[in-house]
Parts: sequence; structure tokens; C-alpha cells
Amino acid sequence: MMTQNGMVRQTATQNQSSSPVKHTRSLVRALGMLPVLVVLCIAFSLLSDRFLAVNNLVIVMQQASINLVLACGMTFVILTAGIDLSIGSILAAAAMAALIVSLDPTFSMLAIPSALLVGLGFGLVNGLLISAIRLPPFIVTLGALTAIRGVARLMGKDTTVFNTDLPYAVIGNGSLLGVPWLVIIALAVVVLSWVLLRRTVLGVHIYAIGGNPDAARLTGIRVGRVLVFVYAVSGLLAGLGGAMASARLYAANGLQLGQAYELDAIAAVILGGTSFVGGIGSVWGTLVGALIIAVLTNGLILTGVPDVWQYIVKGLIIIGAVALDRFRLESGVRT
Amino acid sequence: MSTLPPPILEMRNISKTFGPIRALRDVKLTVWPGEVHALMGENGAGKSTLMKILSGAQKADPGGRLTMNGKEVSITSPADARRLGVAVIYQELSLAPNLTVAENVGLGREARSGGFIDRKTMRADCASILKRLGAPFGPDAIVAELSIAQRQLVEIARALSLDARILVMDEPTTALSSRETDKLFALVRQLQSEGLAIIYISHRMSEVYELADRCSVLRDGSYIGTLAKADISSRTLVKMMVGRDLSDFYKKEHQEHSEAIRPVLDVERLTDGKGIGPCSFALYPGEVVGLAGLVGAGRTELARLIYGADRSASGSITLNGDRIAIREPAEAIRAGLVYLTEDRKAQGLFLDMSIDDNVNISVMGRDSGPLGMRRFSKARERVTRAIGSLRIRAYSPKLAVGGLSGGNQQKVLLARLLEVAPKVLILDEPTRGVDIGAKSDIYKLIDRLAADGAAVLMISSELPEVVGLADRVLVMRDGNIVGSLKGEQISQEAIIEIATGDSQGQEAQ
Repeated sequence: MMTQNGMVRQTATQNQSSSPVKHTRSLVRALGMLPVLVVLCIAFSLLSDRFLAVNNLVIVMQQASINLVLACGMTFVILTAGIDLSIGSILAAAAMAALIVSLDPTFSMLAIPSALLVGLGFGLVNGLLISAIRLPPFIVTLGALTAIRGVARLMGKDTTVFNTDLPYAVIGNGSLLGVPWLVIIALAVVVLSWVLLRRTVLGVHIYAIGGNPDAARLTGIRVGRVLVFVYAVSGLLAGLGGAMASARLYAANGLQLGQAYELDAIAAVILGGTSFVGGIGSVWGTLVGALIIAVLTNGLILTGVPDVWQYIVKGLIIIGAVALDRFRLESGVRT
Repeated sequence: MSTLPPPILEMRNISKTFGPIRALRDVKLTVWPGEVHALMGENGAGKSTLMKILSGAQKADPGGRLTMNGKEVSITSPADARRLGVAVIYQELSLAPNLTVAENVGLGREARSGGFIDRKTMRADCASILKRLGAPFGPDAIVAELSIAQRQLVEIARALSLDARILVMDEPTTALSSRETDKLFALVRQLQSEGLAIIYISHRMSEVYELADRCSVLRDGSYIGTLAKADISSRTLVKMMVGRDLSDFYKKEHQEHSEAIRPVLDVERLTDGKGIGPCSFALYPGEVVGLAGLVGAGRTELARLIYGADRSASGSITLNGDRIAIREPAEAIRAGLVYLTEDRKAQGLFLDMSIDDNVNISVMGRDSGPLGMRRFSKARERVTRAIGSLRIRAYSPKLAVGGLSGGNQQKVLLARLLEVAPKVLILDEPTRGVDIGAKSDIYKLIDRLAADGAAVLMISSELPEVVGLADRVLVMRDGNIVGSLKGEQISQEAIIEIATGDSQGQEAQ
């Protein structure tokens, strides 16, 4: 049976290049975008000696804080393979609510709760539309983006609302032991989000729904309730963001405040390695992603890059990060 | 010896390592033109890896030799394989559902004239191949509208349009009804007579007897041997595949229930209002009931109605004497009724999540502390016990489920159900795509569950396992339960007779 035809000697066509590549990839997967952040920091500190100054770093953190709070909410949503485009508008409406309430002497201490309540309320509506009527999240929140923007303008009769004697101004401009309250709040939100995602049953359910919605339902997860929760959290955190933003500015304008904030939040989440199709990602990644955006913005200003170019560079870095995301997903071992 | 034509394919000393794991160790495979060569082995034995090397999807370690028609060749990319006439039809079909048949057949190498796709030529080429295959659809049909069996024909047409000489079929009958399987076999024989060599991967012994000229067996990445047609028997094959005898394959240990006991599950006139039901039946504690029927008879649909995965229009479900309304799977699980899906990858597992989380996900809520905080020690306890008692092969419970073999994935899914401590289990194709060793473990598990007093409703298309395991068999046809068999009445012939509607060969759906 054994024919001896194939006497030609084996040519070494196969190579062994796969294993070092695999090593690099697993390293990339574990560290996420942290190396990018470190490289950016080193680069900017070389380009500008002001970058690493303590008070500049505090400014960077402060600039990152509101986006970080929004991005934490967005992380929950994107982990379920959803999207929330309405958070910028919710932030504006919540800020308006906080300022308006703060102007009333009897209820002024309810300013922050009212911002949170407005955010939570809009988030719940989003969640109910998505889970009960089963509308696509993109469409629901795109509609909400426009409608809530209108509500925010209506609340201030389309003008800017001021309160120079803002009772909660301390959270926007004060600090504790040199750390701004904005930063403390943002980091607290990160830690709480991490606990929720990694230490609670609900967190596992969120990952499960993003990973496989059909299986999630068959396994006894009440998918609708989890989705309502996720959008409610996103809205609530946008409300918190509204309180933070208004505290910083002593003012809010329903038309301008929070414009395109949702895009920065999405960018932070994606930069942080959370998969757009859901099920994979972490809040730590989002923290790194938000810091990358803040460092970029700050560094590009310090190094004197013109405003227009800042946009272009930021955009390209986001695309590059998604390319990296794809690279990481492909490295998953299949059998 | 010199008068014989050289083998169309000869693979020798093929090895493949993934890091520390040796997936293949000096494997050989010789295939002659015009033969159907079955390739058998448990999941994880290395069949898929060997075929991936043949198709250029993966590279073998250096030192192996590959000859085709006596000439040494090297396949380092899918394009090489295509050029050399190797085509693979995978389990998960790889068609673009939104395109037409002709577009799919021509995908990737569209006929062009002046930079534009030459649809006319593509259509004509495709039409002639479809005719040769006896396909009941034309080149303009949209793939999404075709049945699984018809899509398989499209895959085969694509292979033929590439002038394939070696066709690898990876478990092609998994999703086919018996009638469709017969048609596929006729086609395989036709292709064989046209001189193609077919490498046929299957877990089903009956198919191997029927179709194969020779059969090669792999175990744990090593080549065990090749049997000629005359020597193929289930006893030798099983022994070669698992390395031990499986004399007690279907062994019933559990006692049959006595009629006096109250049923644990009583389904009455349950219907979805759209073609399933009204169906009525009862399950008693400690029994295994088979739910048989052709593919498309409505078995999975009925199971999903009971489980609350789909909405029922009317009817009632009584569990342990309590009439309950199940609108969501979560409610069924709380009542002690669980369902094993037939499609573990799409509907069962969370492939990116760990074995630990996959096993615990249905009971995490019960185990949790205040504020829904997880108890990791409890989870670890459960998963460690499950890995031990179900013999799940994995280095660590922290591994992602997606990397396990089919049999181990199925055991993970079963473990998830068992953690609920269910009283009623509906198992939909519990051994689909599972190797023999895992199959035997699953049979033992079902038997043990019944012995411990649970009621098991087992949906299966593999009649030998229904006959071997069930105390009673319900048979469905066209959405209704049309017959019931018990004890001595249970036989493959009797089931088929009821499932097809007497002996008049009815259209299989």
C-alpha cells in the first residue's frame, strides 16, 4: 500500500513564529490601554515641563472627572451591548434642575437630590422603552438625546440660569487634603461600579446579557429588569454629572451644557477595551480610557497644538484604539 | 503495486502543538480517490485540528509530510488548499444568508467582466452545478430562505465549483432529519462515483457503517488505526476511540415508577395557538420519558412553551400539585423545572465567561449575601464538586468555557441545571455533538437523576438512546403528541412509524 512516490525531502515551510506573537498578545490583553496612557504621559512630560507639575496633574484629573462619571454609566450600558446617547442631554436637564431648585431658599438643600432624581427618571424611561417595548437602544436614546435637550432648554426658558451663591459649590471647586471633590466623587463612582460589576450577582448578569442574551434569559436572568437597571444607572450618573458640572460653573445653559458629552464617554469606554458588542470589559479600563482623553486634551493644549488639530488627533487615537480592540479579540484561542 | 494509482492524499507524521499542549502526535491518514473515509474520535481527539491543517487554516509543526497524487505538497494557507482541490464543509455553515445561492457559490472569486461582477456567468455556472446535485432550488434563491439541508447543498456546490477533489464533511447530519440525511447520503455516493474522495467526520456509528469504505480513528491526538469496511463494528470502533469497553452503554439502574404516585409535572392542553399543541401529558417522579419525532415536529417548541421561553396561548401546567403560570424561564427555574437547550453555544453558554460563573449563574442569586454580593467561596465549592462529579476535563474552573471541547461544554451546561436541584428536567438533545465518553457519562447522569427521584423529559433524535434510556416515549408529529409507547412496545421501528404517520412516506418537515 505504501507508495514511495513522495521521496522529495521535506522543505521547511512551516515556521514557529506564532508563539512570541501569542505572548505579546496576552500581555496586551492583560494591560489593556495602560501602556498607551503611560507613553502619552512620558511624551507630554518630555514636550512640556509643565505637564508633570502636581497642580497640572490635579487639573487633568479634574477635567477627567465628569467624563469619568458618565463613562462609568456608559460602561454598564455597553457591557449589555447597548448604547446611551442621551446622557449629555440628561446632564444638562439635571444641571438645570439643580440650579433652579438651589435658587429657592426653602428647598435649596434639595438641589443635588433633584439633579439625581431627574437623571434617574430619564434613565428609567429609556430603560423601560428598551426592555418593555423592545426598541433598539440606539433609537430610543437618540430620540431621548433630542427630546431631553428640548426639556433642558424649556426648564430655563431657553436662557442661562445663574446662582452665584450656590449652596453646593464646594463639590465643584473645593478640595479635601488637596484632592478636588470632583475627583473624589469620580473615583468613588469608579470603585462602586467595580464592586457592582465584579462582586455582585447583578454584575455577572450584566456581563451575561452582553455575552449571550438568549442564553441569559434561558438561564433564568430577568433580562428586562437588568436592562432597566443599566439605563437607570446611566441616567443617574448623568444626573450626578449635571450636579458636578453646575457646581463648577455656578450656572447652566440648557442648550450648551453637555453637548457631545456622550461621545467622550463612549470614547473612554471603548478606549478602555470594553467590547462594543457587549460582555467583555471593565471599569478599570474605562478609568484608563477617560484619563487618556483628559491627558490628550491637556497635553495638546500645553504643547501648543492648535484647537483644530486637537480634534483630529483625538479622533485618530480613538480609531486606533478600536483597531487594537479587534486585534485583542482575534487573539482569543479557538478550538 | 505500481499499477495502483497513488493515494489522492497522504498525510504522515503530522504533529501540532499549541504551547504546552500537543493536539496531534505523528498522525497519518491515507485517502484514495473515490473513497468515503470516515474519521472518528472523541471530541478533542484531534480530528478538527487535522482537518484544519489539511485546509490550511492551521500550520502543522515541521517534520510532517503531505503528498497528493504522489507529489509532495505544502499547504500553508486556505488558498493553497483551495488550489490543490481541498474543500471543507464545516458544522457551522459559512454562507452569507442575505445573498443569493449563485452569489454564495461564487463568493470570493466572482466572475468579472471589465471590473464588474459578471452575474450572468456566475448564475449559469451555479445553475449547472445545482442541476448536477439535484438541488430543488435555483441560483437566485436567497440563502436565508433555505433549510439547513439546502444550505449544505449550497456549500457542496461551492466546493464543486472550485473543482474540489477532496471534500471534508464535518458532522454534516447534525441538524438534518432522517429523510434529509438519506438524501445527503445519496449525494455523497454520487460524488464518490464521480471520483471525489470524501473525508467524513461523524459521531454517529450508523452513518459510518452505512457510508464509509474505511475508517480511521484518532484518540488523544494520536493515530490509533484504520479499519476496512468489513472490520467496522461498533464494538471495535468504541474500543479504539475510548480505549476501553463500553459494555454497559445504556444501563438502566433506576426503578420504574408505580402509577399510584402523583405526577410531578402535569401539562394540560398547552398550546401556542400557532401550530404547537394542544398537548397534554404527565411526568412522574423517577422516570425518564423520551420525546421523539422528526426534526420540525415541534419537540423543542413544546419544551420552550413549558419552560416559559415562549408564550403559550392557553393550557395549564401543574407542578407538584400546584397550578403555576410560567411566563419567564426564571419562574420555571424557581419552581424546580429546568431546560437544557439543544443549541448550547447560541442559547446556553456564556463562552467568554469562566466555567465557575457558567455553572453558578442560575444559583448565584440564592447563594448571595446582603445587597446581592456574591459568595465566591460557595461558588467555588459548587463548581469544584460539579467538575468532580461530572468528570469535566479542565485545568481550572477559571478557564473560559469557549475553550472546552463539546462534551465538556455540555457537562458545564448540565452542571448549571443540576445546581438548581431540579425536580423536572427537560433535556433537548443532551448528547448532540458530544463524544462517546461524554455520552456515556451523560447517560449515567440521566439514569442517576431518575433514580434520585427527578423526572426527566428527554428530547432526542438519536433513536438508540431513546430506546435505551426511556421508560416511556411520547411521539410528536406536526406539533402534537400523536402517540405514546412504554416498556416492551418501545422500539426504533415503532417510534418511526408513529413519527412519520404510518407507513405512507409522509413529507418530513
